[in-house]
Formats: sequence, structure tokens, C-alpha cells
Amino acid sequence: MKMQIELNNRKLEAESGETILSVAKRAGINIPTLCYLEHLKPAGRCRICVVEVDGRKDLVPSCSFPVSDGMKIHTHSPRVLEARKNLIELMLANHPDDCLYCNRNSNCDLRQLADQLGVRERELVHVEPHFEIDNSSPSLVRDPNKCILCGKCVRVCEEIQGVAAIELLGRGFESFVGVENNKNLATSRCINCGQCILACPTGALTEKSQIQDVIDALNDPEKYVVVQHAPAISVTLAEEFGVEAGIDVDGAMVAALRRMGFDKVFDTSFTADLTIMEEGSELVSRIVNGGKLPMLTSCSPGWIKFVEQFYPDFTGNLSTCKSPQQMMGAIIKRIFAQREDIDPAKIFSVSIMPCTAKKFEAGRPEMGENGIQDVDVVLTTRELGRLLRMYGIDIRNIEPEQADSPFGERTTAGKIFGATGGVMEAALRTGYYLVTGELMEHLEITPVRGLDGIKESKIKVGDLELGVAVASSLSKARILLDEVKKGRSDLHFIEVMTCPGGCVAGGGQPIGTNVDKIKARSQALYKLDDSETMRMSHENPSVKKLYEDYLGKPLSEKSHHLLHTHYEKRPI
Amino acid sequence: MSTTPTPFAANATDYKIPDKVMSKINEIASQYPEKNSAMLPALHLIQDEFGWIPPSAVRQLADALDTTPNKVYAVVSFYTMFNQAPVGKYHIQVCRNVSCSLLGSKHIVDHLTSKLGIQPGQTTENKKFTLSLVECLGACGTAPVMMINDTYYENLTSGKVDEILNTLA
Repeated sequence: MKMQIELNNRKLEAESGETILSVAKRAGINIPTLCYLEHLKPAGRCRICVVEVDGRKDLVPSCSFPVSDGMKIHTHSPRVLEARKNLIELMLANHPDDCLYCNRNSNCDLRQLADQLGVRERELVHVEPHFEIDNSSPSLVRDPNKCILCGKCVRVCEEIQGVAAIELLGRGFESFVGVENNKNLATSRCINCGQCILACPTGALTEKSQIQDVIDALNDPEKYVVVQHAPAISVTLAEEFGVEAGIDVDGAMVAALRRMGFDKVFDTSFTADLTIMEEGSELVSRIVNGGKLPMLTSCSPGWIKFVEQFYPDFTGNLSTCKSPQQMMGAIIKRIFAQREDIDPAKIFSVSIMPCTAKKFEAGRPEMGENGIQDVDVVLTTRELGRLLRMYGIDIRNIEPEQADSPFGERTTAGKIFGATGGVMEAALRTGYYLVTGELMEHLEITPVRGLDGIKESKIKVGDLELGVAVASSLSKARILLDEVKKGRSDLHFIEVMTCPGGCVAGGGQPIGTNVDKIKARSQALYKLDDSETMRMSHENPSVKKLYEDYLGKPLSEKSHHLLHTHYEKRPI
Repeated sequence: MSTTPTPFAANATDYKIPDKVMSKINEIASQYPEKNSAMLPALHLIQDEFGWIPPSAVRQLADALDTTPNKVYAVVSFYTMFNQAPVGKYHIQVCRNVSCSLLGSKHIVDHLTSKLGIQPGQTTENKKFTLSLVECLGACGTAPVMMINDTYYENLTSGKVDEILNTLA
């Protein structure tokens, strides 16, 4: 039902059931929020979105208050602005005064609101909070002192990811976001995805920064410093320099990495192509030889820990392929080192990932050989942005260069790994060819594209009708796994991306990630796929050469040793 | 300052909720559309059994009520009436809310801390007394008030506190 309302003395039409916040947004009126999350039920905790409604004594939270016919609303009246200012002052009353040193000093929602609302003096007594910083996790740092208890991280962890590692604990002034029984993140069920960081309005949740390790390695004359960058980085890095979302800066990024002093710049999309060769062959082999089905993708490390913890009976369904990061890591320290005659112990291998869970993955004991980890340090997109700014390099203003050969060549199949459904699409393109010897009629497999949480399709491959599904976010993966557990048997292959939208929306991506930006970033990947000619992983000449020179064929003994892994059950 | 007792048995993970208690919990849970509605009565049963809420019981309860350990722990850590660590034979809980504060509960607490030699949240070495500060005990008319185990003591003065402590063996 349509209804007429008045918003700041402007007559507007609204739908029944719509919230004041959503009508205002449509009308171009910006009401601040701190606890509001797109696509989830409003929590109404923070009260910063309060507005004045004629005829009501109290202010109402616009995020959860529905409009009604004839309603007259004032979103920025003196009373509203005063209330918002008071709220911010209360939040600052027990917030540390260390903005100058804070990881989020350039993009803190609390600091920005204090500015917008004209908080220029401390009116309330300052109580320095005294919580312990949780540094235990290889991926995340939790500083409850900077927490304003908006609860977004808790909701994302539980409602989007189905993990529920953190919770609002305690009461009153001593409330904090923490882990049951005063445990820390490392001993919790946290899967390191970092979606909580993207949700956090302040610096209470940040990635564990490893920038200094990289700087030290770059300045160490003994070290040969190699870097790889994931498919999703080139379409998001520019945002760290204030550029709109969805601009690909692949060549500029390669040039920038060289300027900083990296000896070799490789593209993880190359090993994405290699993953498709191995994983596609593994799927075919499982179907032909009666292996465990449905096969589950294994490139998203948050998802891997999730399966090990919550669905240990499904570890046998996970593809044994290492993730592209770890394949590249193994190739660099074991093949590249040998070929270039460099001592693997002297190679410092950095990877730029959209992901905080990759930091955990790189540290898994099975991801190395002879006490040498295959990947030494993982930096997120945000950290790379910081590092580039520190080195005075502006990504907007640098001549593009090509990645290094041979592990820099990629097809666009490897590139679309960065979007949800991309691994599936790439695998189907090559799998179809491996089974039938022919090319698919249409390489664009639209049913697996887009931001829906679960996408399914049936693909005819020779005589077989292949059942495929794509889950984006772990709460959606739970739905699929529970169906399989209950006996659903029409699925052969399931792609799971931990983060909702895939790696372009990863927990290591720029602060301010939202649905519009995720769409623009994915579009940038698909645009590359549209405009280039090498679109199937098996066409990658360097991948072919790697098989000729070293690996033999997919699933060979050498492949198994280098490119495949195993999983453990992790009781929670 | 934290007022809940700090755990002195942090690794006490082997407490198993007895079958008879568990079946009572299941029975209560079956009365609600959502099992986790039985959270509070279930926690009371567990505390009656162990005298506190052991971490292993939090996990068992989470499974029984189809919820997560964090959700149970959120409730346990919200209410001062749930002990997160074993308490002494006599658990002294002094109200710290408005009416009691206005009528001098701080003096009562100071008296108790000096007399027992422990701070709020601590237990005496002989495990006889635990001192906690708690929220409103619902007896504002007779403030200041404290509870020792399940017994109320009202209109407190330092002298009265001494008399009460003397009666406890």
C-alpha cells in the first residue's frame, strides 16, 4: 500500500512496512547509523538514527520504525541533533583518546560522527577503559577498549557466517564483546574470515598487521622477496586511494610492487588456473571412480576451518587441492627456487590477499616443507594500501607493467575466482572440455553468477547431468550441507566462498565494503572475462608448460606432493 | 572493577550434568516453542547441582538447548546470581544499587573486606567466605541489604554484620 508522508517538510510517497531510514535514504537524506546492517533485521541498539515524529513524545529509531500514512518526520531537527551529539559524547566517555595511533584513524565511523555532530569538547568525565587486547589470533586483533557495543560483529558472525565465535558478554559498564568462558579468539571457534572487521565502526577489530615483516624483508639484502597477488586485489586496491569501486589496476599494482623492491611479482590467478586443472580432474576422478560426492571446493580457508570444526564428517568431501595461494607458495619455494638456483630459506614469500583467514592458512603446519613455510607473510588489500602510501606510491599515477613470467600468466577463468560462483564457472569451462573434448557452447554460466546466497544449476556434460551449487557465506553453506546430510544426492560439486559475495567482499578488503561496491568489483572481473580471449584455465600456456616440464599431468604423484593437502577434524 | 568471582578453577572442564538434572532441563525446554527459552531455569538447576556454572556445563547446556556456548555464557555473565567460579561455603552478596548505596552499602562492603581480608570477587583462603557485589535484591525498603546463600539480612550496620558473621560456623 502506498502512503503519503512528510519528511523534513517535503511530501513523499512511501510503501507500507518501509522504515523511516529506508525512505530517507531513497530521498537522499543521510541519517547516521552505527548498528544498522544491510539486509539484516534492525537491532535498534545504538540509537544514533533517532528522528522526531510529530505527535510522539519520544524520539524513535528510524532503522526499525515503520512509516505510517500522514506521518511527519524530522530527521535533523535541533532536538534530534542534540540527542545524537549526546549519544556520541557518551560513547566517547569511555573510549580511548588515541585516535592518532589508531588503525582506523582515517575511516572511523565514530570519529566521523563526532566531527559531523560538532563534538569539540569533552563534556563528560573520561573513564579510560581497561580491557585486555586479544592478540592471540594469527588473523585478527580484538581491542574491546575501542568497542562501542554496536553488536554488528556479533550479528555478522552469527547470522551471516553461522559461526557465533563472539558474543556480547557481561553487563552494564563492564559489557564487552568476547569469547565464552573468557577464552581468546585463537582458542575460539572463530574461522578468521574478518567479516567482523568490515562491520566494525571503530578500531575494535582489525587485521593482525604484518607490514613491518615485509618492510624488513625488503630491506634485507640476503632475502629474495617474491610477491603474489590474488585475483580480487586488482579490482579493489584503487579504493584504498579514494577511487570509486570497480576499477581494475592490475598493471599499476604490479609496477607499484616492483617500485617497492619486490624481486618477482606473480599472479595468484595463475595458480587459480592450476587449481582448476587439478580440482576439475579430481571431480572427474571422483565421479568415475566412485569417490566422495558432492565434492566441496577448498580455496577459501575460512570455509576449510569451518568444515573441520562444524562438519568434520565432510572433510572427505573437500577437494584435496591446496588453495591457489598455497599452490603458488609451494611452486615459489620448491620449483622456482630450484629453477633459479636460490636457497628456499632465503626466499621471502609474500602474498596479497583479500582475506584475513589466509594469514591463518599460511601458518598451517602442513603448508611447508623442512621447517620452511611456503608463504611467509600475508598482507590484506588494506595493508597493501597502507604500505604503498608509506612508500609514497600512488596507484592512480603509475605506468602499468606486466607480471613476471612464467607464474604471472593467467586466463580470465582464474581471474573470476574473485567473485562468488567464479570457481564453479571456471571449473565447468575446463571440466566440460576435459570430459567431452569439446568446448562449451556458452562460456558464460549465468546461473552461478550474482550475489544470491545459494545458486544452483544442472549442467549437461556428455552423458552426465552434473548437479552444481554455489554458496556465498557460511550460513548459506550450512543450509546446503544440512540438505546433503539429510540425504540430498543430486549435487556433484559445491563451491563455497566464506565471504558473502566472494573474495571481492573478503574480510581483508577496504573498509566501507557494501553491496553496491561488491557488485561493482565483481562486474570489473566479469568485464575482464568479456574482453579477453584466454578464458579457460586449460589454455594457460604457462600452466601447460608447468605440466610438461615438471608435474606430468593433473593428479600425478608430483602434483599430489606439491599441490594437494589433507584436513584435520577440529573439535570445538 | 569486576565483581564476579574470578575463576580459581579455570580448567575445571570435567563437570558432567547428571542425567536426572538433564532430563529435568529437557522437560522444561519441551514446554517452549524454542528450547533456549529454558535457559534461566536450566542454569539455576546447574548451579544448584555444582554451586557454580562450570564451563563444561555451559557447553552441555548449549547442545541441549540448540544454541551456542557463547549465548549461554552471555546469560551467565550478565546475571550476578550465576557464579562463574566455585564459591565459599558462605556466599555473601551485598547489593550495590541505588537505595542500598544511599543508605551506606559501601561502608558495609568496606567493613566486610577488612574483616574477611578479601576484595569483592574473592574467596577466603579457607574457602569459607566469598564476597560479591550484586544488583538490586528487591528489598529497597530495608536497605542496606545482603544475602548469604539464600538468606536475606536487612537494615545492616557494621555491628549487625559482626553479629551475623559470628553465627556462621
